[in-house]
Amino acid sequence: MLTAILIMALGAVVLGAALGYASVKFKVEGNPLVEKIEAILPQTQCGQCGYPGCKPYAEAIANGEVDINLCPPGGMEGVRKLADLLGREVKPLEAEEKPKQLAIIDEQLCIGCTLCIQACPVDAIVGAAKQMHTVVSSLCTGCELCVKPCPVECIRMEPIGENIENWKWKYPVIEIKRVA
Amino acid sequence: MLKQLFKFKGGVKPETHKTDSMDTPIGVAPLPARLVVPLHQSIGGLPQPLVQAGDCVRKGQCIGRAEKWISSAVHAPTSGTVLAVEERVAAHPSGLPTLSVIIEADGRDEWIGREVIDYKRLEPEQVREILRDSGVVGLGGAVFPSHAKLAAAKSVPMEELVINGAECEPFMTCDDRLMRERADGIIEGVRIFRDLLEPKRVLIGIEDNKPEAVAAMQAAVEKSGENFEVVAVPTRYPAGGAKQLIRVLTGKEIPANKRSPEMGVQCFNVATAYTAWRAVAFGEPVLSRIVTLTGNVEQPRNWEILLGTPIRDILALARPKGDTDRYLMGGPMMGFELPSLDAPVVKATNCLIAGSKALFPPPPPEMPCIRCGACAQACPHELQPFELYWFARSRNFGKAQEYDLFDCIECGCCSYVCPSRIPLVQYFRFAKSEIWSRERDKNQADAAKARFEFRNEREEREKAEKAERLAKAAAAKATAKPEQNEAPASNEVAVAIAPVDADAAKKAAIAAAMERARQQREAAQPKNTEGLTIAQRKEIAEIEARRAPLQVPQTALDTEDTEARRTQRDE
Repeated sequence: MLTAILIMALGAVVLGAALGYASVKFKVEGNPLVEKIEAILPQTQCGQCGYPGCKPYAEAIANGEVDINLCPPGGMEGVRKLADLLGREVKPLEAEEKPKQLAIIDEQLCIGCTLCIQACPVDAIVGAAKQMHTVVSSLCTGCELCVKPCPVECIRMEPIGENIENWKWKYPVIEIKRVA
Repeated sequence: MLKQLFKFKGGVKPETHKTDSMDTPIGVAPLPARLVVPLHQSIGGLPQPLVQAGDCVRKGQCIGRAEKWISSAVHAPTSGTVLAVEERVAAHPSGLPTLSVIIEADGRDEWIGREVIDYKRLEPEQVREILRDSGVVGLGGAVFPSHAKLAAAKSVPMEELVINGAECEPFMTCDDRLMRERADGIIEGVRIFRDLLEPKRVLIGIEDNKPEAVAAMQAAVEKSGENFEVVAVPTRYPAGGAKQLIRVLTGKEIPANKRSPEMGVQCFNVATAYTAWRAVAFGEPVLSRIVTLTGNVEQPRNWEILLGTPIRDILALARPKGDTDRYLMGGPMMGFELPSLDAPVVKATNCLIAGSKALFPPPPPEMPCIRCGACAQACPHELQPFELYWFARSRNFGKAQEYDLFDCIECGCCSYVCPSRIPLVQYFRFAKSEIWSRERDKNQADAAKARFEFRNEREEREKAEKAERLAKAAAAKATAKPEQNEAPASNEVAVAIAPVDADAAKKAAIAAAMERARQQREAAQPKNTEGLTIAQRKEIAEIEARRAPLQVPQTALDTEDTEARRTQRDE
């Protein structure tokens, strides 16, 4: 009887120690769910979801604080992917979906105030105080954060149209013909 | 022929329609009034324009410099004036515009100075640069820059050089005519490729439905005294695919994740070899190409056409029949319908086919897939098109990639044999471009994230640095305090005592600063006052005299002010 208890107790101690060691040794840094959610978000850092950047929004989703339909740049496809990942219901997007945009500074009007440079979350605007500013179009995420701070309203958003580089073959459509 | 040939799996035997255009010699198309030369005529970087509106160009002048290593230069096909450098409709299935140089021909067709080069005295690297700057690209239709293919893999010795004259697409006869008429030039080009790659064997593969071309090439090889082997390969579409031809001639199969040089083989089109020879031996860049004008036309024939010639201008040469309702660029299997006839002839334009309802009947309605497996049997890459179709249709792109979607060469064999008439290749093209677009978006998102994180880090760092600077300044002030002389110290004490009176405190601070400045001024002695001339001294004295009245009232004011404050404090 006593030996049995001792053996069980010993087993418990050994296994407990092993588990304790493993939990320290193999500790996962950060929340892996947040990273997965963040990989789906479009990284425009626009704050349209009400959070300062994509990561805070991802954290909020992971904590179950907010809905998954607050990201307009991600579009319905983003919502669908998030729903897939989290096992939540697909909901229509809160705001309307916009095509991908690009900020353009009217260089004739720019007074060089640097306010847009400070607003840009991805450092896509170059310029200096009292010098003309311009947008590095390949880096612009189209977040619109630079539009509001501009005191002379010289920044406009233009949708990125279809060009040879981003053109896609269309989904084959089966023609339905009226028979009678 | 004793040589052992191998077989590739799958393939189809469509009607060739080649006899229409194969017996007439290559004609030279007339010079058009206006040329539209797109700058992006090869795979790789977009060449930068070197000319602007109003410039005069000569024939062969470089108008677009190759950007990066995988890119190819573009040249003016004739002499004339540049009217504009602007976006014009491209010879592309989308019908979208691309940056093009519009040249008005002056009719003189004047060459720019050409250099004849003895390539054997040059380093291989220099020859590759010549080819890049002459715009030599794969003229079979893929337009991959040839110079980038002309380096052997470091670890694998080059065993075979395969020259592709198979021309398996129906209707097309441009390579056939080129081999019949200009075999010597092709052999010269093959020599250049051979000298750069140093393979053990050179194999020239030609489909056996072109006996004249085989004979002409054999004669040219004999004349040159080289040991190139001209091999007639069985006619079966797509025998002209690079991987298929390599398989038939050498028995080597190129695995999905490898390129042919890693297997010791490289493959070039016959027309590419010809243009390489013209570029190296005559300094002539690629300005024109041979295009088969055929299909529903009165006079099917091959024409040598300047690149940039609008397609509308050259169609008259073939006299299309009345019931022509569309035009295809490339063959009927792999080509696409031209969205606009304003598009120009480019390096990829090997064939233009006029189509009609009789020649290409409208596709019957698509029926459900019955999983018969006919497509898998026809696929020359041993893929499973019926599975790929399923995944592409349901937008399950990850799974489509698992089934090696990107090994598909879009040859059209699967669509050709499908009993349900499913446009399989269209589904695969859709899936491929969708995957590429997602990849682009993903890369952009990753870059944006990295930049955002870097920016946040930088802001944090700047904040920390500022705080540190302020702390340091404060500490320095604290240690400096006891050493200061009495008057300002007493003032500062005053500030400390009466913090409520903010106005007074400010005044006190100003007064203290002025007092310090005055003391500094008095302490400072001019250092360059020795050995001055009398005139200079006199001048200094005058200036000092002028300054004195300005300084006196100020110090007086200072004292008055401090007096006033003292009384205030006393109260």
